[in-house]
Amino acid sequence: MSGFLLRRLAQSIVLLWIVSMIGFALLHLTPGGPLSQFTNTPGMTDEDLQRLTAQMGLDRPLPVQYLEWFGRLLTGDWGRSYRDDTPVLLVIGSRLGATLQLMVTATLIAVLVGGFIGVVGAVRRYSFFDQLVTVGAMIALSIPTFWFGLMVIYVFSVKLGWLPPGNISPVGNESLIVFLHHLIGPSMVLGLVTTAIWSRFMRSSMLDVINQDYVRTARAKGVSERIVLVRHVLRNALLPMITIAGLEVPTLLSGALVTETVFTWPGMGRLFLDSIGYRDYPVVMGLLTFTAILVIIGNLLADVLYVVADPRIRLQ
Amino acid sequence: MTADTAIAAHGGQTLRRSTRYRTLRRFTRHRLAMFGLVVILLLVLACAVGPSLVPFDQFQLNMRARFREPFAGAHLLGTDELGRDMLARLLMAGRISLTIGFCAMVIAVTVGTVVGTVAGFYGGAIGTVLMRFVDAVLCFPTIFLLLTLAALVSPGIVTITLIIALTAWMEVARVVQGQIRALRERDFAVAAEAMGAPDRWIMFKELLPNAVAPIVVAATLIIARAILLESYVSYLGYGIQPPVASWGNMLEKAQQYLTTAPWLALLPGLMITLAVSSFNFLGDGLRDALDPRSELS
Repeated sequence: MSGFLLRRLAQSIVLLWIVSMIGFALLHLTPGGPLSQFTNTPGMTDEDLQRLTAQMGLDRPLPVQYLEWFGRLLTGDWGRSYRDDTPVLLVIGSRLGATLQLMVTATLIAVLVGGFIGVVGAVRRYSFFDQLVTVGAMIALSIPTFWFGLMVIYVFSVKLGWLPPGNISPVGNESLIVFLHHLIGPSMVLGLVTTAIWSRFMRSSMLDVINQDYVRTARAKGVSERIVLVRHVLRNALLPMITIAGLEVPTLLSGALVTETVFTWPGMGRLFLDSIGYRDYPVVMGLLTFTAILVIIGNLLADVLYVVADPRIRLQ
Repeated sequence: MTADTAIAAHGGQTLRRSTRYRTLRRFTRHRLAMFGLVVILLLVLACAVGPSLVPFDQFQLNMRARFREPFAGAHLLGTDELGRDMLARLLMAGRISLTIGFCAMVIAVTVGTVVGTVAGFYGGAIGTVLMRFVDAVLCFPTIFLLLTLAALVSPGIVTITLIIALTAWMEVARVVQGQIRALRERDFAVAAEAMGAPDRWIMFKELLPNAVAPIVVAATLIIARAILLESYVSYLGYGIQPPVASWGNMLEKAQQYLTTAPWLALLPGLMITLAVSSFNFLGDGLRDALDPRSELS
């Protein structure tokens, strides 16, 4: 097992290294490069710029610059925001929580609703319900998240008045109930795509297990169908879903960006969009790299948890 | 029975037994795929000839006819906040969105196929480097990468198409790499190599034609993704810029009029969902037809 984990860890580090190189390349593609903050400042002369270039070490060869940049990346010095000079990691940290809240609730919805749909679809394979949700899942994957958000706001906020049309919670009233009330809309919107994906994978995972010999044995022994489905099938079918949860991180992050925009939710996605609007490149590049690292960590964690949860893999 | 019909019947028999015929039959019996195909054809037709049949121009402002409701009066689908005809705009937007989806797919499939073929054929160091690069690009959440790239270029139809393609080629590369790696061990590939055929010939004339099926499936699904991605960047303000309409940027302003004019938000979103799900249905049907074993269950 440690061999497998070490190999996966090494792969993740290689990925992180390539990701950092792509991030560095994109930073240098920005208009003005790392100096963009100064080229736009009025009253900057060419001499000033040249002096700054030398000061910031931008006249050195690119590989040297990259190594230095990567070193700073590892030590947590990700530069400062152009807007208010706050360290990039602090800016990101202040918004991380709000995004994680959305991602966690959306995943919970996906696990419960998508999981249930998948299980029923597999047990009643090719039934009307199964066919309906198969088509429904494909349509759900085709709906633009932001549009679904607009429709949720229209129906539940404008027409029915059940949900607030956005924002995390009003200033001065930050009780848990108010917060949860504000969480419903965006989590529903973010959860739509993940629920659809979960229902599909849950269904095929269940079908894989249902045809196993030990399920037939259990049935032959006279174990009741309920216990066969829950103890023998569901428990084993849930194992590969750990991997799916890990693979869903990039989808969730992309979805969160759009959802946060529609619902003015103060998370990383909105921060990213605002920073692009202000041409705040250190924060933009920081977030891009940060989300990629989250994705790598998500995949690694899923693999590790899978090995921990399934002893059969440890033996191989 | 005349000789002609006898030959035709005999020919039909052979045809019926052929793999190609069975594939085609599996495809035409796939109801969702047929639905998708018909909707796509109708959409393309409507966007191509529709604008010339609508008595309004997409840019024609009319401040006296703002926020007209659909199905009431001269404007079939109503008007927007500047009194422009919604139907004319939806159809012209469809031209832009469908064109971007199609062109981005062509570029993404080309890039993905070349990278995948080279990586699968050479393996070793080249293959590892290329596929690790693919893995790394896949680590970036699509919308984040897309918006970063969009912020680096000046927005326009060509640049938006290019950056969408840049974020969509990786999956094709993975599929093609797997196929090519498996195919190159087969006898016909080994024989071609033994005969001294140049690498480029083996890759593109011997191996690639055998990997067309999964590429076609991936291509269809990429059109769906590309249309969706265009709507995301345009909605967020970094895609197609007004007054040129795309389904995504028509939704950009819709949120502020949601209470008074919900059709401004409803209609473009329905068009996107219809187009994207049709391509997804089509791709799903093609996958079932071209490779019956790959069905998810």
